[in-house]
Amino acid sequence: MAAEIRNYTLNFGPQHPAAHGVLRLVLELDGEVVERADPHIGLLHRGTEKLAESKTFIQSLPYMDRLDYVSMMANEHAYCMAIEKMLGLEVPLRAQYIRVMFDEITRILNHLLWLGAHALDCGAMTMFLYCFREREDLMDCYEAVSGARLHAAYYRPGGVYRDLPDAMPKYEASKLRNAEAIKKMNYNREGSLLDFIEDFTNRFPTYVDEYETLLTDNRVWKQRTVGIGVVSPERALQLGMTGAMLRGSGIAWDLRKKQPYEVYDKLDFDIPVGVNGDCYDRYLVRIEEMRQSNRIIKQCVAWLKGNKGPVIVDNHKVAPPSREAMKSNMEELIHHFKLFTEGMHVPASEAYAAVEHPKGEFGIYLVSDGANKPYRLKIRAPGYAHLSSLDEMSRGHMISDVVAIIGTQDIVFGEVDR
Amino acid sequence: MANKLETLMDSLRVALGDERIASMKCELNEVTIEVPAAKWHETALLLRDTPALHFESCIDCCGMDYSAYGDGAWQGLRFAAVYHLTSYKHNIRLRVRVFCADDDFPLLDSVVDVWNGINWFEREAFDLYGILFQGHPDLRRILTDYGFVGHPFRKDFPLSGYVEMRYDAEQKRVIYQPVTIEPREITPRIIREENYGGC
Repeated sequence: MAAEIRNYTLNFGPQHPAAHGVLRLVLELDGEVVERADPHIGLLHRGTEKLAESKTFIQSLPYMDRLDYVSMMANEHAYCMAIEKMLGLEVPLRAQYIRVMFDEITRILNHLLWLGAHALDCGAMTMFLYCFREREDLMDCYEAVSGARLHAAYYRPGGVYRDLPDAMPKYEASKLRNAEAIKKMNYNREGSLLDFIEDFTNRFPTYVDEYETLLTDNRVWKQRTVGIGVVSPERALQLGMTGAMLRGSGIAWDLRKKQPYEVYDKLDFDIPVGVNGDCYDRYLVRIEEMRQSNRIIKQCVAWLKGNKGPVIVDNHKVAPPSREAMKSNMEELIHHFKLFTEGMHVPASEAYAAVEHPKGEFGIYLVSDGANKPYRLKIRAPGYAHLSSLDEMSRGHMISDVVAIIGTQDIVFGEVDR
Repeated sequence: MANKLETLMDSLRVALGDERIASMKCELNEVTIEVPAAKWHETALLLRDTPALHFESCIDCCGMDYSAYGDGAWQGLRFAAVYHLTSYKHNIRLRVRVFCADDDFPLLDSVVDVWNGINWFEREAFDLYGILFQGHPDLRRILTDYGFVGHPFRKDFPLSGYVEMRYDAEQKRVIYQPVTIEPREITPRIIREENYGGC
């Protein structure tokens, strides 16, 4: 008697922990082999682009944090760059270095979350704990500079909101910890924020070594990632992939090198490239990117320690006057009032600004008709293009490999659904 | 940089010819061309396959609704799709705008067969703006809810929408009902005259 063979359709998500957010994935299966994957997205759609059309340019800036909510400042960067391009603003050098430094801190933040979550999906619990330990320090940097651990709203058109603080917030003694333990925890918080970051960059390479000890030669990790989700360089280009997804397939393309913005052309760093285009190579690429980001941060810290200067442009049509000047000067007061009620006017034009976001090319296409609000804002999210290739990447793989592929794409739904 | 853009514009003129370029401009170091809708598909192939252009990747595609541009000063066609192409070989970008010939039935040729990665971007433009892409393999809604009516990013679609969702305790299910919130505008939208405030 012939056994009855039936194809299954499996609903994966939207509440599955390995779906990295609200992804509903409809999988057509032949046994355990995926024949077709149909991602249903939009469960986190908030209409950011439409909302931006009804808000002034500055009012939309905090929305950018909420797009890819694990690499907040990189999103703001692209948005500010688009506005600056249209206004023809020259950002002060110190602000450029601060931006680059925080872009790289953001890259490490993002890659740490990716690494922890990806490894957790593939069965390595320890990675998650390790990665979050380091994320804690970096989020303290975010907090010190902007007051918020996640949604910073720190970059502004024309520069950054304020200069780096001279003191790092410290832990205080509590019922749980006595003075001696607190002193130990505060050892690297005695100086300024830059001292704290410098201390972090000195410690971080050892941490990356720890991650690599756990994973790089790990037999289980290799079984789960080597040869999974292979993308050829030609297909990667066709599918609009960017960032680590493209570099993992062997194409040395990085906007920081190819179309340098801010001060990236003055800094020394390398672009890691993969060979086979599988999940393992993309893992190696991202690990190396963290080491390179660490190098960039070090150079930025060294420059910032030696050079003072303004951190936002002096044009009060775009940037607010200082608090002190506003309180004592009529003209500054009017500027302040006009800027925060009516907002800035961007000349009628269109611009596309892209940054090398931790996940790939994050672009902002901005159209203005001369009003105080954008006419159209289009967010080009790297994850959107990557997720659309999930079907092609997962065909012929097992269900468990789909989890690895979602992980390697570094999907965050804030930016995919917008 | 400026030289590179000049070269690109020359190569575009040579490769595409006048009948495929409705207009071309270079602003803020970005080259934009407009392509007539009828010629879009063949132009896309030329853009990808001409060695001097070699735009092998389409980074972005988005819909546009120009009906409210300049507070009603817009005279041209209403809907357009804007494509951002990247040539990795030449390290250069290009923006292509294609206007839909009919405002009431916006229709364009799909270029999914030229750049496979554009699939979802065209679906999104269809979902949000109602631009139909002829020849698209799977033109479904993508970002809006299942069973959504209308195209929310059009300028005549209110920001607060038409329906809202809530749980009905009597029917014991989630229902849709007309929106109960009033749309409000806190900061008015203003276009100032040129040289306003001396800037």
